[in-house]
Amino acid sequence: MSAESYLASPRGVRSWLLTTDHKRIAILYLVSVTLFFFLGSAFAVAIRLELLTPAGDAVQADTYGRLFTMHGVVMIFFFLIPAIPTVLGNFLVPMMIGARDLAFPRLNLLSWYVYVLGASISLWAIVHGGVDTGWTFYTPFSTTYSNGAVVTTGIGVFITGFSSILTGLNFIVTIHRMRAPGLGWYRLPLFIWAHYATSLMMVLGTPVIAMTLLLVVAERALGLGIFDPARGGDPILFQHLFWFYSHPAVYIMVLPAMGVISELVTAFAKKNIFGYRFVAWASIAIAVLGFFVWGHHMFVSGQSAYAGMVFSALSFLVAVPSAIKVFNWTATLYRGSVSFRTPMLYAFGFIGLFTIGGLTGLFLSALGLDVHVHDTYFVVAHFHYIMVGGTIMAFLGGLHYWWPKISGSSYPEGWARFSALVIFVGFNLTFFPQFLLGYLGMPRRYHAYPPELQVLNVMSSAGASILGVGYLIPMVYLFWSMRYGARVAANPWGASGLEWTTPSPPPTCNFETTPVVTQDPYTYSSEEAQVVG
Amino acid sequence: MAEAGHSQAPVSSLKHHFDDMEQQQAASTLGMWVFLATEVLFFGGALTVYAVYRLVYPAAFSAASNHLDVRIGAVNTVVLIGSSLTMAIAVWSARRNGPRSTRMLVGSLAMTALLGSVFLAIKATEYSAKLAAGLFPGPAFRFPGAHARPAELFYSLYFVLTGLHALHLAIGIGVVAVVAARAARGRYDLEYHGPVEITGLYWHFVDVVWIFLFPLLYLVGRGG
Ligand SMILES: [Cu+2]
Repeated sequence: MSAESYLASPRGVRSWLLTTDHKRIAILYLVSVTLFFFLGSAFAVAIRLELLTPAGDAVQADTYGRLFTMHGVVMIFFFLIPAIPTVLGNFLVPMMIGARDLAFPRLNLLSWYVYVLGASISLWAIVHGGVDTGWTFYTPFSTTYSNGAVVTTGIGVFITGFSSILTGLNFIVTIHRMRAPGLGWYRLPLFIWAHYATSLMMVLGTPVIAMTLLLVVAERALGLGIFDPARGGDPILFQHLFWFYSHPAVYIMVLPAMGVISELVTAFAKKNIFGYRFVAWASIAIAVLGFFVWGHHMFVSGQSAYAGMVFSALSFLVAVPSAIKVFNWTATLYRGSVSFRTPMLYAFGFIGLFTIGGLTGLFLSALGLDVHVHDTYFVVAHFHYIMVGGTIMAFLGGLHYWWPKISGSSYPEGWARFSALVIFVGFNLTFFPQFLLGYLGMPRRYHAYPPELQVLNVMSSAGASILGVGYLIPMVYLFWSMRYGARVAANPWGASGLEWTTPSPPPTCNFETTPVVTQDPYTYSSEEAQVVG
Repeated sequence: MAEAGHSQAPVSSLKHHFDDMEQQQAASTLGMWVFLATEVLFFGGALTVYAVYRLVYPAAFSAASNHLDVRIGAVNTVVLIGSSLTMAIAVWSARRNGPRSTRMLVGSLAMTALLGSVFLAIKATEYSAKLAAGLFPGPAFRFPGAHARPAELFYSLYFVLTGLHALHLAIGIGVVAVVAARAARGRYDLEYHGPVEITGLYWHFVDVVWIFLFPLLYLVGRGG
């Protein structure tokens, strides 16, 4: 008896909205985070339009403040943080470990509803005036002076945080308790290690930002005085609490991406990962170190010089595990039989762009240099290389790689390669000039700038429009492929991993019988060895 | 063992994606511990703020703390510790079979919820007294002496911390009530009692939070 695919049965909207199947919940998340991605992009379009000319003409300063705030809030909290864990993670964590579902399926569905609720509240705030504090909600501006909808947005983000916590909790318990017989920790795919490390950060970091936003909301709405300098409160303390989460949040965005890249690089180099244990433990090291570097956001905020030195040194240190990963991916390619399919193009894009983002992060960890480029476009360019060049590249790469598994059909390879190229070119044209702008001293968050900076800004805006087209193409053909794409077999890539042993798309229960694992996660090299031998 | 458990326990107790009751129980217990780790960091955020301000304004925090009623706080501490005892009895009796332990389970859960409610009732009277005395932060805040401004910080933290604790307790009472109702229908026995155990974990955690809050808020200024 072969069971029907999770997509086919049961039918009806109700069965989707009340589903506890992790694969369907992944699809629900895919739809919602994609919506928010395009909403966040719309704000970016407005920003890049305004910056086409030096004069602040298209929008007023106040409107511009709302635009970049809502771009940041939507992209970070409603797209980048949930994107890979809730879509690819939700779909793949149980499948990769040979489980029938996550440990708490109903909690998983609840986390989606919590996300939708939090996102809707923030959306309501956006429609009713928006927020102008920046995504960082710095006090005392946010608590006292801002005339935006800080309270509603804060509550929206606060609520969404719980969806993140629930996802992290579910993954941790699932990875501990639901592994198939024989699947020891060192037999887990690196995607799982990365998601485990991410979940630790979600579970331990998110509650702190939840409390911090709650205090801001209480101060603004109820008149409590926590960070209010007029009552002896300390606004810098807010920054400490905020970055205690929000620096790790960067790794919440990029660690799952690294997990994706490890799978892509092995599958398309047809080689086992180089230094499995180093890559696995690098994820944990990043998660741990990531909690102790938050002060690098506050070098010029009046934090003590000694704190600055310690945070600077620790920030340099966190580059080590990241570099280990990059080196090991590169070493994996060495003498591999590399095929340039779309997911691999994204993986190459990731490795290059993440490296640039990471290296410019070292510039920013250096106390002296940071004083020069702090709050300039250099910072903006740096974190877009990590978040867009890193996370979104990996998200798209992963989406293409597992699309045959998720949808049961193959995407059009030509269009996919084309759009990957468009995205790469558009991305670099958008953000590389921003490094130069920042180095030349253009501050972030202003709607007007000196005329001599116009050429670079026009390049950036032109790049953004190319990037936008690049993002729309996959949207169209992935939709198209669900109906018209060729059906695929269980393992179209010839990849290793338990998820590829199931039919495409998998049945609701994933595995007809619980698999028993007898080998390491990547079996590419042994096959090759057999061929050679 | 697991096979036997499967045939004896009600069919609905074992969710389809678990192999056996043991795995299900282990998963839910670990889930609750991870959740409590989250909670520690959640309260930890506000306690960090408390620690910083108390270091900066030690005298003001003592003075502000002296306006809290230690007797009320102490009574509430005893009430909560009592509820932890009844909760421990509930968990103990949930692991046993037979009508006697079911009665004991339901009774101790009811007692736990009752003690929790007593705590909240006492807390409510305390809150209204503080409001009447002008100790709620904001434009109406009144505090005699030189420490008025940092005292407002203290009371901001007081209301945030005790308010969140009370919210956790209220949720706990609701959960205990649901578990008690299910226990009364004979839902839990030696084989299946996970919900009672993890409710117990949560309840004890909420008590422990109070065990930290009581000295930090009520006893700061009493050192002499
Ligand atoms: Cu950082």
